[in-house]
Amino acid sequence: MSSSAEWEVVIGLEVHVQLHTRAKVFASSSWGFGQEPNEQVDPVVLGLPGTLPVVNREAVEKSILFGLVVGAEIPARCAWDRKNYFYPDNPKNYQLTQKDFPVVIGGSVEIELPGPSRNVMGEHKRVRIHHAHLEEDVGKLSHAGSGSLVDYNRAGVPLLEIVTEPDLRSSAEAEAFLRSLVAMLTQAGVADCDMEKGQLRCDCNVSIRHPGAPLGTRTETKNLNSISSVRDTVIYETARQIRELEAGRAITQETRGWNAELGRGYVLRDKEDAHDYRYFPDPDIPTLELSRATVERLAKQVPENLYDRQRRYMDTLGLPFTAASVLVANRELAEWFEAAVAAHPANPQGLANLVANDLLRDLAAASGAPTGFEEAAPAPVSLASCPIKPAQLAGLVKLTDDGVISKQQAKEVFAEMFKSGQDAAAIVDAKGLRQNSDTGELEKIVQEVIADPAVAKSIAEYRAGNEKAINALKGPIMKRTQGKANPGLIDQLLRKALG
Amino acid sequence: MADALHTLSAAELGRRLAAGSLTSRALCEALIARFDAVNEKVGAFTHLDRADVLAQADASDARRQAGQGRGPLEGIPVAIKDNIAVQGQPLTCSSKMLASLVSPYDSHVADRLRAAGAILYGRLNMDEFAMGSSTENSAVRKTFNPWDLTRIPGGSSGGSAAALAAGLVPLSLGSDTGGSIRQPASHCGVVGLKPTYGLISRFGLVAFASSLDQIGPMARSIEDCELLLAALASADARDMTCFGPDERALTSAGEAKKLRIGIPKGFLGKGVAPEVAAAVEAAIAFYRAQGCTVSEVELPSADLAVPTYYVVATAEASSNLGRYDGVRYGHRSAQAATPVEMMTHSRSEGFGAEVKRRILLGTFVLSAGYADAYYNRALRARAKIRAEYLAALSQVDVLLTPTVPTPAFKVGEKASDPLQLYLEDIFTIPANLAGLPALSVPCGQSGHLPVGFHLVGAPLSEAKLLAAGRLFEAAHGFAHQQAAL
Repeated sequence: MSSSAEWEVVIGLEVHVQLHTRAKVFASSSWGFGQEPNEQVDPVVLGLPGTLPVVNREAVEKSILFGLVVGAEIPARCAWDRKNYFYPDNPKNYQLTQKDFPVVIGGSVEIELPGPSRNVMGEHKRVRIHHAHLEEDVGKLSHAGSGSLVDYNRAGVPLLEIVTEPDLRSSAEAEAFLRSLVAMLTQAGVADCDMEKGQLRCDCNVSIRHPGAPLGTRTETKNLNSISSVRDTVIYETARQIRELEAGRAITQETRGWNAELGRGYVLRDKEDAHDYRYFPDPDIPTLELSRATVERLAKQVPENLYDRQRRYMDTLGLPFTAASVLVANRELAEWFEAAVAAHPANPQGLANLVANDLLRDLAAASGAPTGFEEAAPAPVSLASCPIKPAQLAGLVKLTDDGVISKQQAKEVFAEMFKSGQDAAAIVDAKGLRQNSDTGELEKIVQEVIADPAVAKSIAEYRAGNEKAINALKGPIMKRTQGKANPGLIDQLLRKALG
Repeated sequence: MADALHTLSAAELGRRLAAGSLTSRALCEALIARFDAVNEKVGAFTHLDRADVLAQADASDARRQAGQGRGPLEGIPVAIKDNIAVQGQPLTCSSKMLASLVSPYDSHVADRLRAAGAILYGRLNMDEFAMGSSTENSAVRKTFNPWDLTRIPGGSSGGSAAALAAGLVPLSLGSDTGGSIRQPASHCGVVGLKPTYGLISRFGLVAFASSLDQIGPMARSIEDCELLLAALASADARDMTCFGPDERALTSAGEAKKLRIGIPKGFLGKGVAPEVAAAVEAAIAFYRAQGCTVSEVELPSADLAVPTYYVVATAEASSNLGRYDGVRYGHRSAQAATPVEMMTHSRSEGFGAEVKRRILLGTFVLSAGYADAYYNRALRARAKIRAEYLAALSQVDVLLTPTVPTPAFKVGEKASDPLQLYLEDIFTIPANLAGLPALSVPCGQSGHLPVGFHLVGAPLSEAKLLAAGRLFEAAHGFAHQQAAL
């Protein structure tokens, strides 16, 4: 019996991403989610006779920005072709796409595989991008009763199709690639990638081979609308192909669909039924020059790479992997954190702990969103309505670092800051939380407390070697200072007094 | 003399309107009367909304009264080919497929005409989706040549040419993909200009072959043609193939008597009717006598033009006409159980034979395995033809040929022979393939049938072509001629 360990899976992805633009890609109609059917249309979107496409500059610039994010080549010019096929959701019965002259060529996406445990960083790898082309989305056909209904709101929404090289070797790698890609797209403002809204859809090409052998026959599973569907498809398709080959059957080059509810794939059409799209250059859109000035301007908008930032946090700021990875997953959060570090450079770790744990938790609770690096990748919180400003958080950590309040008190102050937006110092003063670190005064209290016969037994035990017995003396001291005594200082003074 | 208004030029009507001796309402009423008397015979129009026309006329008169006239076309009717969108008017392309379509938007040229104060006057018959050279492919009605009602007016802008020759309207718009303005202009004895590709926005022109289509002015005189051209040509951000404000300056006309005229070798030979050749040779002699230099030029790839055209144009058409599927608008078949079946049946029922023929041909030439042999090869031939024309036009100012090899033929005569019909455009097609401006000028008659000659110039040389036409027209009195009906 052969084992699947002898097989290597080879995966290539085609990721369709709706770009974050105000208008559609070839028309002035706006677009967005949740509108009534056929509200976001105009004569151009509906393909009325006599209408013509006009390329949306913003969509081209977002595409270029993506290219710059992944280190791609931005060619001197790009052009559009017509892909002809008949379907009711396709208003012109051709789709404008870029077959021969795409807007982005090459580039690569760094990915991070899961580590052996949650606290340990996994392996990093680069996945090459073959190209990315800018095309138009189609409408949605649904069947209702005896008839069919078409909604063209989605028709003409700008879609960037990102095509990878067949560089992925496991479902985990495919998953990691998509997470990384989503983070990069959202952090650069290229796309929102909300999979619930269908803003990111994948076609998944899978083949298997023995390591080192030529590529096997691949199948393409179309229209996967979540990262988990891609992962499950890879697992399913790998197992299916192994089963086929080990049973002595050949893999058919075919287009497949995926039923997420049943967790299984099915054949859509085989090679003989493949469409002849009759591509030809669109005569309505002249070849578009991509000016170097535009490319240079857009290059300035490229944010720091996710993993470059993670490395910097770990290597330069000394953050642990877990905190670093949570922070870098959300650009806004990372920039917020960096502003706080700028205000108090002495303790990035202290700041990171508060941001990655307390702040993120409270923000998520306030917005009702789940926390962390979930399926949709970036922590879905917004800092826009955060009641605490970075410099204020820096103020809080500085008070702790300076011993003005304890770490325990800091949590309490943080909660109050999140509620009221006040500065930490103001809250500390208002609540009278300032620690008593007056050595002279505390020494006096220590002397009074150890003179009390009620604690004589504890003193004797401590002197006899029971370290813990000293704690019984701390309670009365705290009581006398209304809890404001600096705990470290008390400990120090007690030990000194007891010799 | 209200009944004579239909014989006047747009320029003269404009002068009378400006002088206050004529109102737009009076003019439009006279033309509506002419329409009622003549259109049934000629069949130039497929639609005329009298109330709308008169309302536009009254609005124009009111503007003029208020001193807010918009220029030389203020109050003058312009009839529009039924493939150019005018908001609220039918946009049928003379097809059963779009019989029920009313345009919800204005084309750029409609915008321009409104801005110029013109009256948007009725819809003109055409070959279905502009595919044809006789207007016999209209699914709406036949149009007849006003000079001989047993003959075709040419096409596809047959309605646009016939309306002028019948005195139904002083100005009209046509569209030209392979000769569809110039060929009917020649057959009907009127002036027709196909502008440089990109001079006039195609926004709102129903596409036949996008890389070849241009809207153009048609009139009974060069002067009128110029007036209309000036109103239409402007930059438009809605058509990416339309010249921007910095790219559209026309070459100056220069002095018509000093023009260098090139006669393409072999163009007056085989297939050209003797009367046509004689009329064109007389025109050449005229220009020579005026002081123009006339020389022969070589265009070795000219023979490739017709086959190249029928590959490129049908390929684009097969895709452009894909949108007519009965889903969003237009004819929808009742004989269908599924959406895809509905699309199939709607197309089978909605399109006429010539449109289907070209869709099939275009689909074939783009198909996997054939695209290299046909479509891609045609693109190379097109580039070669363009290069040869541009080279020739660096030596001469204009190229002069007949517009059509033969005068208008009888209705039905070539209906069963599409290939013979395709040769109607043999002289006009290269200007479309090369994106060049071209003008047809009436230059005489073959018996009772008009004949025109054809001038092609370098890009943006419209003013030169029109100046050459004006020189000829001034000396020959073919301007404003109308058929006796």
